[in-house]
Amino acid sequence: MNLLGFLDRRATAPVARERLQILLAHERKSACQSDLIAILHKEVLNALSKHIPIDPEKVDVSMHRRDMISVLEIDIAIEPSVGEKLPERSALAGGF
Amino acid sequence: MSKIIVVTSGKGGVGKTTSTAALGAALALQGHKVAVVDFDVGLRNLDLIMGAERRVVFDLINVAQGDAKLNQALIRDKRLPNLFLLPASQTRDKDALTEEGVESVIGELRNRFDFVICDSPAGIERGATLAMRFADAAVVVANPEVSSVRDSDRIIGLLDAKTRHAEKGGRMEKHLLLTRYDAGRAARGEMLSVKDVLEILSIPLLGIVPDNEEVLRASNLGSPIVLHNAGCPPARAYIDAAHRLCGADLPISVPSEQRSFFRKLLGRRAA
Repeated sequence: MNLLGFLDRRATAPVARERLQILLAHERKSACQSDLIAILHKEVLNALSKHIPIDPEKVDVSMHRRDMISVLEIDIAIEPSVGEKLPERSALAGGF
Repeated sequence: MSKIIVVTSGKGGVGKTTSTAALGAALALQGHKVAVVDFDVGLRNLDLIMGAERRVVFDLINVAQGDAKLNQALIRDKRLPNLFLLPASQTRDKDALTEEGVESVIGELRNRFDFVICDSPAGIERGATLAMRFADAAVVVANPEVSSVRDSDRIIGLLDAKTRHAEKGGRMEKHLLLTRYDAGRAARGEMLSVKDVLEILSIPLLGIVPDNEEVLRASNLGSPIVLHNAGCPPARAYIDAAHRLCGADLPISVPSEQRSFFRKLLGRRAA
């Protein structure tokens, strides 16, 4: 038992291997994503700023991965003064 | 048909410069005309490892900016007439390198050499991305250690995204060179094994360079390891790796501790 414990403590490579596999699986995903997110962020800003004044800090683009689906979330905060001039959701919906 | 090879790693201190000098000298020993190029602007060291530190007059940036001709900057090796060094600048900073400048120097080197081996600086900044930018193939140097493997993975991602070759839709040729390997420790589970690293990085293996005291001796003397002691285990690993870069299909041996110990004894007796 003691000997086994001793051997176990010295065999640290399997731990290294497992840590790397988990970390790199995560980093490879986020490396591809970060480019896409940055591009989306820029293009959403460009499109919106043609029509309404937007603070770049207040546009948040993020991607969440779950087991079955990925969710792309675009969160845009609008100045209250601008918000008042925009048609309500119901009015927009009525137009379609 | 000339080939531009970048030696890169992400992490510093894993053996990029040692490997550049060794692969360059091994290819030159095999009869190819070779240039080794130092891209580590501000922290050059390839000149020191090659033993040419007192012969530097002009450098990569002088040539890239048109202040010197390539011929004036290239230093011919004193041991091998077909091996040349293009040193980096020690006084300028890395922003002095431009993509256009690097492209023109690489183009000129391509016309004159069979192999151009670019020693990349550590990191993923401008110097490193410019060193890989125009390469046809990459040698990713890694140690069997977690931080080195992680950084290598990052560099492999960059090689597939930011090189001219990849941008044209080509598949970047990549090779793994595992350095500072201790087969005994790997067998005892104290160090990531060749199999572990290959499974994680999944690029083909170019060679396994054992951790060996001769490497430090060679750098002390300013001699690429393959010229310093061609029979020692790391030199043999580099010589085989150079053959593989030329397309030779040699079996890769994992140097075992007993064997290297035995060879060490032989080496001492011979010396």
